[in-house]
Amino acid sequence: MADGLIAELQERVRAATAAATPLVIHGSGSKAFCRPTVTGEPLDVSGLTGIVDYEPTELVVTVRAGTPLAELQAALAAEGQMLAFEPPAFAATATLGGTVACGLSGPRRPYAGALRDFVLGVRCLNGHGEDLRFGGQVMKNVAGYDIARLQAGAYGRLGVLLEISFKVLPLPEAETTVALELSPAAAIERMNRLAGRPLPLSAAAHIDGGLYLRFSGSAAAVAAACADCGGAVLTDAAAFWTAVREQQHDFFQTGRPLWRLSLPATAAMPAIDGADAADWLIDWGGAQRWLRAEAPATAVHAAAQAAGGWARGWRGVADDRRWPVQPAALQQLQHRLKAAFDPAAVFNHEADAAGGT
Amino acid sequence: MNATAPHGNTTAAAGARLGEVIAALETLLPAESVIVDTEPRRVYECDGLSAYRQLPGCVVLPNTIAQVQAVLRLCHEHRVPVVARGAGTGLSGGALPIAEGVLLSLAKFSDILEIDPLARTARVQPGVRNISISEAVAEFGLFYAPDPSSQIACTIGGNVAENSGGVHCLKYGLTVHNVLGIKFITSDGELIELGGQTLDSPGLDLLALFNGSEGMLGVIVEITVKLLPQPPVTEVLLAAFDDVGAAGNAVAAIIAAGIIPAGLEMMDQGITRAAEDFVHAGYPRDAAAILLCELDGIAEETRAQLQAVEQILRDAGASDIRVAADAAARARFWAGRKAAFPASGRIAPDYYCMDGTIPRKCIAEVLERISALAREHELEVVNVFHAGDGNLHPLVLYDVSQPGELERAEQLGGRILEACVAAGGTVTGEHGVGVEKINQMCVQFSSAELTQFHAVKAAFDEHGLLNPGKAVPTLNRCAEFGRMHVHHGQISHPELERF
Ligand SMILES: Cc1cc2nc3c(=O)[nH]c(=O)nc-3n(C[C@H](O)[C@H](O)[C@H](O)COP(=O)(O)OP(=O)(O)OC[C@H]3O[C@@H](n4cnc5c(N)ncnc54)[C@H](O)[C@@H]3O)c2cc1C
Ligand SMILES: Cc1cc2nc3c(=O)[nH]c(=O)nc-3n(C[C@H](O)[C@H](O)[C@H](O)COP(=O)(O)OP(=O)(O)OC[C@H]3O[C@@H](n4cnc5c(N)ncnc54)[C@H](O)[C@@H]3O)c2cc1C
Repeated sequence: MADGLIAELQERVRAATAAATPLVIHGSGSKAFCRPTVTGEPLDVSGLTGIVDYEPTELVVTVRAGTPLAELQAALAAEGQMLAFEPPAFAATATLGGTVACGLSGPRRPYAGALRDFVLGVRCLNGHGEDLRFGGQVMKNVAGYDIARLQAGAYGRLGVLLEISFKVLPLPEAETTVALELSPAAAIERMNRLAGRPLPLSAAAHIDGGLYLRFSGSAAAVAAACADCGGAVLTDAAAFWTAVREQQHDFFQTGRPLWRLSLPATAAMPAIDGADAADWLIDWGGAQRWLRAEAPATAVHAAAQAAGGWARGWRGVADDRRWPVQPAALQQLQHRLKAAFDPAAVFNHEADAAGGT
Repeated sequence: MNATAPHGNTTAAAGARLGEVIAALETLLPAESVIVDTEPRRVYECDGLSAYRQLPGCVVLPNTIAQVQAVLRLCHEHRVPVVARGAGTGLSGGALPIAEGVLLSLAKFSDILEIDPLARTARVQPGVRNISISEAVAEFGLFYAPDPSSQIACTIGGNVAENSGGVHCLKYGLTVHNVLGIKFITSDGELIELGGQTLDSPGLDLLALFNGSEGMLGVIVEITVKLLPQPPVTEVLLAAFDDVGAAGNAVAAIIAAGIIPAGLEMMDQGITRAAEDFVHAGYPRDAAAILLCELDGIAEETRAQLQAVEQILRDAGASDIRVAADAAARARFWAGRKAAFPASGRIAPDYYCMDGTIPRKCIAEVLERISALAREHELEVVNVFHAGDGNLHPLVLYDVSQPGELERAEQLGGRILEACVAAGGTVTGEHGVGVEKINQMCVQFSSAELTQFHAVKAAFDEHGLLNPGKAVPTLNRCAEFGRMHVHHGQISHPELERF
């Protein structure tokens, strides 16, 4: 069945390239709010489902791109394993293709690695409708350019993902979260100090005056870390981290524009007009900061840049203001690279105006 | 091994262009940074794969980013190819020079620019040796994780270009997982910055693409790496097996138990004996294979894992299990593994190191296939490898002074890599394709995939001036290589005529 579907997709892509008709690749639409707006004929990959191969002892799983994230996570959990980058789903229907295309990682990211770090291989269609495989199912592979990892966070601009192979990791034996009262500045300092010590830190966030530290590993190691760091043990920790990851936490329940700032983990809190401490949520040990603010987009971009990072309008920000302006040479290079996969610019092509490409 | 001038209509024309570039270089750079005399150029004629040699047209050793830009602009203008070089320890001929080209050495870019202990990052120049980073940050309780066996010599720029691994990559990741940003110069001399102090960047992830791109996409002039806290406790186990298959199964069983060792290495009898005779590490000479397993982390966790691993090894049929009692014993256990390559030099005049990666479950089966192929080619192969990652390093032993042996060794190497691909693996796990495995790329990839690689290259380097002829074969070359390869169940290159 998958073969028939792939052949159909190939036909659609070839025809689209021949006629230069834009396509919009659909997983399930769960992340429609956070990716650049694109228009074109829908190309639905949600029928391409199922786990192709899963060998727990190899720490590798290969899935079709339309497979719901939740289905894969359940299959991994049954074997005591997980996707260590802790991807947000944003909806029960989220697919792996959409998750990879958006390149989204959760609270564990600074300690375990990003989604792209766990992509071992992909099977995909380029603009010519060619069925291509890059990377593979093994841990180490430097044959050819790393086109598999390049697909992570490409928003489907380079083609249609058909199958993805991920490295998976064992679930931790124990997990405990402790909460301490600290100012944002003190929390940033603390998160970084702790990350420089051999502790089983697996998440560190600051919200509303509280620093939340999650430790994962053997029971003994987690207990030792908690004793070392102090603070009160959080009882509903799993729900807390889910709420942070899925943006269900009260912080995100706002009609105000929402920004994501990717900053050096140690950067001081940027000053933004009209935003106070309560308008910030710090995650990723200081490297990812969420901001609720009406400040002009140019001001947010400038503040992020001054802090050594960059900002992205996540919600409630006009499409043409969401992304920072990239240096011209980098922008041209990104354009040429997109064209190397998709010469007729049929895939999610309006996304090209954003995201620096 | 034969040098071609990919951009000239003729070698003479390419030589003339090179001459113009050399003349201009001598005004652009200080005299000592341009090497044109034959003898000093010889130093650069090969990398760690010394069977391939080519004298470069000239060698430049710039020491500022502006100089690198000027060199690349000049070469771009005159369409002269450029090969970047770090320490030249590469094992696939990636830094093999071009006769009518410029060899650009990054040796003078050897400074650690900045260490930020709180942010756990270091900003370094590409010519910095891998081990110097860990040495420089040790006082902060930090280290740089990827540790190729060549770490005292190889450069961080070369590591990024090859996406190098090492013994500790099983737990801590490859170079790509430990690099936060780079600055590179495009083939036409533009400076571009990717990433830096943040965990991600807008746009396509060019940083991921750059890791392992073998100097084909740009010349790296600065790198920001991630540093990790040093683990407080380390344990090393040595297990002996009477049967290679049982050792292979033990590897899978450790991983299946949810344990990710810091390192998990395997050595077969041939290399165990050679290493033992060389460094007297105390290895059992009669074992069919030995496993070295390193566990590290917090005391409580490491102790629990150590017990679990001992049990697994025993269940898997280990005939002898030893735990290193102290740092000196740990160093001794590792000494043999670390000296494995030079040790093989004691049992044969020459060796040829392969680098295929396979699913762990196929270790025993592929090792058996390798012995069969070795018998067929009348050569000996010994195996020492990153078992936890399934990354094989079969060492084909030969004697270059015996007529035909080098050719047979190369042939055998090729067949071994094809066996790895057939087992669902890849022709190179960490050493790169370079010039060495270029034919085997035709086995692993279809012509459409190779064409896609060429398109990526062209997006960065329109005129094909950076390290031309490496890493990705042309379709014509594959057609000439021309065996009937089965690729994903299909014959590759069905559109090309067979001859
Ligand atoms: C049932 C349904 C109802 C919709 N209703 C509306 C509506 O009312 N208004 C409206 O404006 N739009 C609507 N859309 C479109 C939707 O908003 C998105 O434009 C579209 O679904 C793209 O996101 P996605 O489905 O892939 O979502 P996700 O699965 O969240 O994908 C996110 C991103 O990944 C890309 N992607 C997903 N899978 C792949 C893959 N296999 N390969 C490469 N890239 C991939 C997508 O193109 C997108 O950029 C609807 C879509 C669906 C399926
Ligand atoms: C004894 C021995 C043991 C080894 N063990 C390992 C191991 O355990 N793991 C492993 O992965 N490798 C290993 N290697 C291989 C080798 O050391 C690595 O590939 C290393 O990364 C090469 O670094 P180098 O500085 O020597 O690069 P070089 O050999 O000089 O160059 C390698 C490639 O990188 C390119 N390059 C170099 N610098 C730059 C730059 N600044 N910008 C762009 N391109 C550049 C070159 O063009 C070339 O294609 C070993 C080699 C030896 C000799």
